[in-house]
Amino acid sequence: MNIQCNEKPVEIIAKNLAAVLVELGYESMQVATAVNGEFVPRSMWALTILTPGDHLDVVAPMQGG
Amino acid sequence: MQVYNVTLNSRLLLGTALYPSPAIMLETIRESACEVVTVSLRRESGQGRHGQDFWALIKQAGVRVLPNTAGCVTAKGAIQTAHMAREVFETPWIKLEVIGENDTLGPDVFGLVEAARVLCSEGFEVFPYTTDDLVVAEKLLDAGCRVLMPWGAPIGSGQGLNNPKALRRMRAHFPEVPLIVDAGVGLPSHAAMAMELGYDAVLLNTAVAKAGDPISMGRAFAMAIEGGRMAYEADPMAPRDMASPSTPVLGKALQ
Repeated sequence: MNIQCNEKPVEIIAKNLAAVLVELGYESMQVATAVNGEFVPRSMWALTILTPGDHLDVVAPMQGG
Repeated sequence: MQVYNVTLNSRLLLGTALYPSPAIMLETIRESACEVVTVSLRRESGQGRHGQDFWALIKQAGVRVLPNTAGCVTAKGAIQTAHMAREVFETPWIKLEVIGENDTLGPDVFGLVEAARVLCSEGFEVFPYTTDDLVVAEKLLDAGCRVLMPWGAPIGSGQGLNNPKALRRMRAHFPEVPLIVDAGVGLPSHAAMAMELGYDAVLLNTAVAKAGDPISMGRAFAMAIEGGRMAYEADPMAPRDMASPSTPVLGKALQ
C-alpha cells in the first residue's frame, strides 16, 4: 500500500507500524513516530495498523538551540 | 544551582546547532564545562545516519540533554514534539517553545501556557521559553513550571539584554524561582550582565557556535557567567548620580 513517510510517498508491504519501520530501514535506530499528526509511542508500534494514505512521521535526534 | 531537583555546577547551558563541525561542538562543550545542552528532533529517512551519529556524539560528551520544541507554532505541535522528544532522549525535561512570530521568533505566550499546562500534568519538567511579562510568568508557574526562561533579545540576534529593567523586575518578583536568560545573548558581557542581575543561568547557542573560534568563546562565556554570578553574590554597590572620591581627602596638603 502507499503511505506518506516524512511527506514522501512510499510503497510498503507491512501493515503494523513496527514492521513498517523495519521495512523502511529504521530498525535499531533511535526514533519516535507520529501517525497522522498523533504521537505513537514505541509501546504501541506493534499494535498500530497503518492504512493507505496515512501520514507517518519519523524523527531522530538533531542539533538544536 | 538546582532545577527540578537536579544540581548543576555550571550555569551555562549550550545549544548544539550551527557549529563548524561536530568535533568543534564536542570540544566546545568540554572546554566550557557546561553540563546541559539543548537538542532537537527532525525527520530522518531510514537510510540516514545523521541523527544517530549526532546522538552518539552527545552521549560521548556525557552531558544532560534538554530537548526543545523549536519550530512549533501551536500548542498541539509542541505537545506532540515533547512526547516524541521524551521517547527519543529518555528525559522528562523539555525546553518548551511555541513560536508566535517569525521576525523575532518571539513566543506565543498563549500557546505556551496552554502547552505547559498539559505537559506539566503529564509529568514533563518544562523549561518555558517566554518573555519577561510577569503575568505570563505567573500563569506558567500556575501551570506547573518550576523554572522560567525569559528571552534577552530575539533568538540568534546577539543583541544582549534588550530590557534589563524588566528582567530585574522579574528577578525581584520571583526570588525563589530559577530564572534562565534564553536567547539573544551575543557577548560574554551580556551573559555577565544577566548574572549580575541575579539570574541563575544563561542559555545560548549562536554566540558561541558562530564565533570565529567557538571553543575559546565557549570558555569566555563560562568565565563571564562565573564572574557575573560571583559579583551578584558579592552584593554590588548602588550606583549614584554624583561623584564620590575614592581617595580620602582629609589631611590633604595641597589643593
